[in-house]
Amino acid sequence: MSKFGSAIFNRLVIIIPYAWLTIFFLAPFFIVLRISLSETAIAMPPYLPVFNLADGISGIADKLGELSVANYVFLAGDALYTNAYVSSLKIAVVSTIATLLIAYPIAYGMAKAPTTVRPTLLMLVILPFWTSFLIRVYAWIAILKPEGLLNQLLLTLGVIDEPLIILNTNWAIYIGIVYSYLPFMVLPIYSSLEKMDHSLTEAALDLGCTPIRAFWRVTFPLSLPGVIAGCMLVFIPAVGEFVIPDLLGGSETLMIGKTLWNEFNANRDWPVSAAVATILLLILVVPIMFFQHAQAKADGEGK
Amino acid sequence: MVKWSRFNIASIVFGFAFLYLPIVLLVIFSFNESKLVTVWAGFSTKWYAQLLHNQALLDAAWVTVRVGLISATVATVLGTLAALAMTRYTRFRGRMLFSGMIYAPLVMPEVITGLSMLLLFVAIGLDRGFWTLTLAHITFTMCFVAVVVQSRLLSFDRSIEEAAMDLGATPVATFLQVTLPVIAPAVFSGWVLAFTLSLDDLVISNFTSGPGATTLPMKIYSQVRLGVTPEINAVCTILIGIVAMGVLIASVVSRRREIQRVKDEQTAFAL
Repeated sequence: MSKFGSAIFNRLVIIIPYAWLTIFFLAPFFIVLRISLSETAIAMPPYLPVFNLADGISGIADKLGELSVANYVFLAGDALYTNAYVSSLKIAVVSTIATLLIAYPIAYGMAKAPTTVRPTLLMLVILPFWTSFLIRVYAWIAILKPEGLLNQLLLTLGVIDEPLIILNTNWAIYIGIVYSYLPFMVLPIYSSLEKMDHSLTEAALDLGCTPIRAFWRVTFPLSLPGVIAGCMLVFIPAVGEFVIPDLLGGSETLMIGKTLWNEFNANRDWPVSAAVATILLLILVVPIMFFQHAQAKADGEGK
Repeated sequence: MVKWSRFNIASIVFGFAFLYLPIVLLVIFSFNESKLVTVWAGFSTKWYAQLLHNQALLDAAWVTVRVGLISATVATVLGTLAALAMTRYTRFRGRMLFSGMIYAPLVMPEVITGLSMLLLFVAIGLDRGFWTLTLAHITFTMCFVAVVVQSRLLSFDRSIEEAAMDLGATPVATFLQVTLPVIAPAVFSGWVLAFTLSLDDLVISNFTSGPGATTLPMKIYSQVRLGVTPEINAVCTILIGIVAMGVLIASVVSRRREIQRVKDEQTAFAL
């Protein structure tokens, strides 16, 4: 019994989560792909062809012939979509770099902090991550508005004579992404800096390196795994970001997440939104695999 | 050489100011007398009082809490199993794919996850509403649970499990009586994380929910689009308060358990 029970238990531990993720996470991508090859129709579901087992094999084969790449041709021909992809990538790259530049000194300072203070600092970085994303983005509207708190402050201090227009521009999106994703960048960099052997830097300094040179030759390369993980954690979701461009961006802001949302919710064009999602996924599949690989490697080292 | 220079302290102070100032301002202005969110006109709790009469908002809050409780609980079970599978069975068919399905949802843009799950529900003819919302939340939060529990399992001393097995415990009994008590703090923080992620989600919910199952973030979002109001600030403040309490309790509990565990281990070795 014991051996038999053990085998069943071992199986179930793998099969249950495996099956769940296959059905609810992996299978849907194939449905997205298949619907992206369909035509829009005024029906429910609003696309054609709809496969039905009752049609029999020949019926299904006929309908397979109805699938077409028309949506992809449409996307490629419409500058709106190509611009949205390019501008999403550009915004994601710029904000990832900005996040890195702000996060690194924070993570570095945390790693240098006395060991007694570190848990508290860590807690303080994690806490905003638990607070609603939507709320944190919303909080910036009141700050960045033309009559908002930032402009009030700057006007009172006499730094500017008339309010800066930040809300509803790309600047607001950069600020929003950097702000929302900052903990994702700080945490992996901090954990790789914290694990670092400080005697290495000391050795470099003893051998006559200047502190700055020692940082670039020793500390920074050793923190690279954290930097890469952090950049992936910011870049990938930022490309498809919806809430930030929608609430902080302006009408001229093009981001693919927002385009997809509008295509689906306002235009009700399911096949085109599925095609938009498929291309976005294809763009992101390499960074995602890269991230997974790095993550699996990092977890392996923990053993 | 390990010195906390002025530069280090300055970057931490500025960093935390940047992280916390917007939230603090939002909380402060939820107590503003004036309808304007950016001009202070005196302390008042009237916006909180008004919330109690906003039935639509209260309904949304109730839906959100129910979805959160159910999905976090199921996600914790599934995520813990996934973490066990990842750490205990290093070789099985399709392990690469499995780990891909654990890590990918962590970074996948929500518009893609939301759209694909919606299309699945339509394809299998499931009516959109409370249950589709819950299924979607289970799916994306279980991966976060798996990662949290996995990191605890990696530092787990497996000899105590082997000892239990040698003494004749079945794998199920070993798991329930030996493994689970040790990893319980991580499982609990996984649950709290899943619950707050569910509480917070807008994009996936908007795709997978249907009429009659509006969550609080969906409600907040539709009001935010019309402009910033002290009433939304009040709702947000309450949510922030709940989350802060939850995190505080979770960290106290896990710290206590950790101390207890170290003590127990020392006692065990002393015997």
